Amino acid sequence: MPPLSRYMIRMALGHLALGFLIGGLMLAHKAFPYAPWVMRLLPWHIHALFIGWTVQLAFGVAYWIFPRFALERPGDPRGRAGWAWASFGLLNAGVLSAGLAGAAGWGIGLALGAGLEALGVLAFAIHLWPRVRPAILQ
Amino acid sequence: MPRLTRWFLRAALIHLILALLLGWLLGLGRIVELPPVLAAASPVYFHLFMLGGVAQFIIGVAWWMFPPLSKERPRGNETLAWAVFFLLNGGLILRAICEPWVAVDPQPIARWGLLLSALTLVAAGWIFVGLLWPRVKGR
Ligand code: HEM
Repeated sequence: MPPLSRYMIRMALGHLALGFLIGGLMLAHKAFPYAPWVMRLLPWHIHALFIGWTVQLAFGVAYWIFPRFALERPGDPRGRAGWAWASFGLLNAGVLSAGLAGAAGWGIGLALGAGLEALGVLAFAIHLWPRVRPAILQ
Repeated sequence: MPRLTRWFLRAALIHLILALLLGWLLGLGRIVELPPVLAAASPVYFHLFMLGGVAQFIIGVAWWMFPPLSKERPRGNETLAWAVFFLLNGGLILRAICEPWVAVDPQPIARWGLLLSALTLVAAGWIFVGLLWPRVKGR
């Protein structure tokens, strides 16, 4: 597994752990209302588990196992790696800003975070596009 | 495919079917009036889909396909991994019962059931993270 995949998958696991914890706090609040403020973490829960966990895990695994350009470009077998690295930064910055801004009740920050996430997905699509092809070219 | 993965995948498919069925029922709410307990089940629909279905599918495949830890113990602690299976599915079933129940009739037993489901679900997630973490590696 290449380093970028390891970083993406570890961050995905981190978002899973945090997102589940927030979910548990909110669910406990629905059982025995103890802290109304935990419901302000709902946007963080959603962004962490959709983008931070589900999407980022899929990206990390795709970067690892999709077909490579071993013959055409031995020095850069995965090609356009910069876009994938940019995606890593954008996705995680987006989830963290959306989560924090949501908790603070700052709508513009929440929108900016979601925008960073969208750019992160775009950057990864640019990286992965040429790798969506048969594993062995005739 | 290891036995535990087959169980994760089967359970995930069942959750997806249940989620879509519940989603369809919730959709009927636009045409006919739903009983309050169903109307309160939209978070259940969501979590059956994303947690019981999608996340559980990913968990099952990751347990199977991620790089092995060692020759003797390729996937790590099997017992803990089974615990993830039971905590996740038990917690979700409990939540599916208790979350709408608390909304319409907040009796102590429903509340305690809901709290227990929160604990089991968080435990399932955290144990899974602990199991997969050392398998995120070069080979
Ligand atoms: C992959 C996993 C998960 C995903 C994608 C997810 C996604 C979501 C989404 C989209 C919502 C908003 C839905 C709504 O407002 O009805 C939500 C709400 C919520 N989630 Fe999750 N969730 C996940 C796991 C969990 C877990 C493990 C827990 C508890 C331990 C949890 C507890 C909650 C609670 C309490 C709410 C608020 C429900 C309400 O509005 O009353 N979630 N989640």
